[in-house]
Amino acid sequence: MIALMIRDIRLSVRAGGGFGLGLAFFLIVTVLVPFGVGPESAILARIAPGILWVGALLACLLSLDRIFQLDFEDGTLDLLATAPVPMEGAVVVKAFAHWLSTGLPLTLAAPVFATLLSLESPGHYWVFLTLLIGTPALSMIGAFGAALTVGLKRGGLLLSLLVLPLYIPTLIFGAEAATRGVAGLANTTPLLMLAGITAGSVALLPFAASAAIRINLR
Amino acid sequence: MSLWEYANPVKFMALSGKVLPWIIGLTALTLIPGLIWGFFLTPEAENFGTSVKIIYIHVPSAMMAINIWVMMLVTSLIWLVRRHHVSALAAKGAAMVGLVMTVIALFTGAIWGEPMWGTYWAWDPRLTSFLILFLFYLGYMALWQAIENPDTAADLTAVLCIVGSVFALLSRYAVNFWNQGLHQGASLSMDKEENVSDVFYQPLLLCIAGFILLFVAVMLIRTRTEVRTRRLHALETRERMSDG
Repeated sequence: MIALMIRDIRLSVRAGGGFGLGLAFFLIVTVLVPFGVGPESAILARIAPGILWVGALLACLLSLDRIFQLDFEDGTLDLLATAPVPMEGAVVVKAFAHWLSTGLPLTLAAPVFATLLSLESPGHYWVFLTLLIGTPALSMIGAFGAALTVGLKRGGLLLSLLVLPLYIPTLIFGAEAATRGVAGLANTTPLLMLAGITAGSVALLPFAASAAIRINLR
Repeated sequence: MSLWEYANPVKFMALSGKVLPWIIGLTALTLIPGLIWGFFLTPEAENFGTSVKIIYIHVPSAMMAINIWVMMLVTSLIWLVRRHHVSALAAKGAAMVGLVMTVIALFTGAIWGEPMWGTYWAWDPRLTSFLILFLFYLGYMALWQAIENPDTAADLTAVLCIVGSVFALLSRYAVNFWNQGLHQGASLSMDKEENVSDVFYQPLLLCIAGFILLFVAVMLIRTRTEVRTRRLHALETRERMSDG
């Protein structure tokens, strides 16, 4: 399983994968927003946590179809299905590799990009923390969506349509926790809910995702 | 003799063919008088004016939009556990009706909201949940459309329906939380059931019954169409095999 994870990370970093692409997309979204809403720092700081969350979510979406698609096409997924490692484990590992190559860089970059949106200093911390807790859920939910659409020729757009509604609770609690943290309000409840969604997704969705993969491999 | 016998497509077709005209008739008998009663024979409510009449379409369609998703969840589970094709096809047939009901509820709500609240749309928890439900229906139907193999499509949409139900429920609570967080105590949502007096309540019940029957009728028709399409497909395949 560790070998599978290392392989997945290598592939994503080297083969023109989503590694830099997601980050660059995130940067562009962050840069575009001030052009859209105007450069007043009060407005930007007010919407910064939400923008960073939506941007990270969309950047995460970009690389989702890479989780299973290439492996499905070259037959690696068939080998994984017959391997002694259970499919659920393989799904978790692949989602974790996706998080390491997408969610973690986004989380690390978010405090830096927050400066562009004139977020004050405690705000950086909250954006970083909420993304750190929330992005694993994004990867895991995305892996489920990718598993559903893996058999399709052009599943990319459909994947977005399926996954985005599933992202809503994560986005709500994540952005809410960040916004409240920035405003100096109590945000323990949304933080705990966010952590709950992440824990629940990692615990339960691998079963649904591997069921979908088995159906697609049939 | 058990309910499961009707999982056999032939038996299902025979029974639904016999029952369908009756259901259509009953639909007409409840929905048409219900709407006429509601629209023309009830007084105007104070504070609402004539706009209260939208309730006779808005409330039933909103109820159906949610209940149809629950029905799809049940049929999806039956398909995954017992592999009855009629069950999967019923879920597929119901999805379109559910989508239309959601759209009707959203639109009548917007039309009603304009004179009452002064706005067509507000990010009120109920309204937002319905918009999310609409997105779930869209995704579900798009997945049905996208996959060619009917069994694979049935399996994957069933899995999506189950996972989607969990997330839809989660969204409902998340949205409640989110809105309270932003606008302390949203005053827009009204608990309609409590302040509806009998004058409005009786025709409303009739309309709800009518909408349920309408859904059952349309769902049966759509399921029968799906079964026939499947049969036609099988016949065509057989023809091609014997030619080749």
